[in-house]
Amino acid sequence: MTGDHHHHDHVHAGDPHAPISDHGREPSFDYLVLERAVRELLIGKGVFTADEWRRQIELMDSRNPAVGARLVARAWVDPAFKQRLLADPKGAAAELDIDTTNTPEVAVVENTPDRHHLITCTLCSCYPKAILGIPPAWYKSDTYRARAVKDPRGVLREFGTELASDVEIRVMDSTADLRYLVLPMRPPGTESLSEAELARLVTRDSMIGVAVARAPEPVR
Amino acid sequence: MSRFSPGDAVRVRNDWPETSGRRVHIRTPHFVRGREGVVERVLGTYPNPESLAFGQPGLPPQTLYQVRFAQAALFPDGTGNARDTLTADLYEHWLEAQP
Amino acid sequence: MSQSPRAQHDLGGVEPFASQPIDRAEHELTQFDKSVDAIMYLLSHPSRRLLRVDELRRAIESLTPAQYRDLAYYEKWLQGIHDLLLEKDVLHDEEVMLTCAAIREELMAKDKGGR
Repeated sequence: MTGDHHHHDHVHAGDPHAPISDHGREPSFDYLVLERAVRELLIGKGVFTADEWRRQIELMDSRNPAVGARLVARAWVDPAFKQRLLADPKGAAAELDIDTTNTPEVAVVENTPDRHHLITCTLCSCYPKAILGIPPAWYKSDTYRARAVKDPRGVLREFGTELASDVEIRVMDSTADLRYLVLPMRPPGTESLSEAELARLVTRDSMIGVAVARAPEPVR
Repeated sequence: MSRFSPGDAVRVRNDWPETSGRRVHIRTPHFVRGREGVVERVLGTYPNPESLAFGQPGLPPQTLYQVRFAQAALFPDGTGNARDTLTADLYEHWLEAQP
Repeated sequence: MSQSPRAQHDLGGVEPFASQPIDRAEHELTQFDKSVDAIMYLLSHPSRRLLRVDELRRAIESLTPAQYRDLAYYEKWLQGIHDLLLEKDVLHDEEVMLTCAAIREELMAKDKGGR
């Protein structure tokens, strides 16, 4: 199946009702077929086993924003851990039994009152998958990739995040193999919270940089 | 031995290999080419993705730099204010010292 | 800087995308998505090194403009993986086509309430 076959023309092309972001739709029939064919051929040739394939899917399922939230919460309560996280994110992750072997390097960037980071990959969709799992559809969209670098304050506003004009917004374009994870600021009024409660305030979007960590529930 | 250090003023080469007629794979975004920035961090040495992409070993390895730009200089009609910045991770052969 | 000869995937600041609202709808990953992601991981694993991430990026960047625009994210990945495996003689066009034809027949027979 080379590029000039029109095997997908009955599904996508020119559909005026197609959403701007097309990620997350069921694949077209031809690509469903191709996936199975490629997979079965590779397994048949002994390139990998069905077991290995299943285990990798399970491993990716286990990677999700809650994993990143644990790292952030630990960094908030333990300044020495925070320094280790900033210096060697994978080593710090291993301390919390988070397995990042055979994944691209991760760099952690810390938000401060003076500087807020926003992560993007304008060239494709690089993302710290080893910590956060697979990125949301919007992160991979043409719109986010185009806008994050040109309209960072507008993007943040669209996510409900307003930053003062004297806060530097640093947009980081992940153009090489380093994957960036934002360490959001600890919200005020959280001094009495446990590490687990703190982790619940750390959202995926705050580790990408389109949002800040959630405020704690008000005490009645 | 890296050519640049944090704080060095650099300029991204205004090269366009995409127009050479060869198949290329470039990891220097179009909007920083020809632009001036400052080295923020030296990130280490890596094989060159431009040749890795075509099944070659990517040697010699290149030093990778995190380079910081003023957003207002890259996108004058964008919403970045005078303080806002942008970083891109760029390979040494794309950078020149600013005079 | 006026019209720059940028590649189709080089999207920073590019209109009309840079002026569109972001579709924030959350999408559950499909089994297809997870499988393609896993296949790429396995192929690029250090123990095999059959594909590199850089090669997949290059293959995706080389899709036709229509494919780049219209295919979903993991469909692009799969097309890229497929094209690279053919390029490297890991798979051959004929066996891919035969296997696809057999699978297609099986799925369509199932669909018609076949055995």
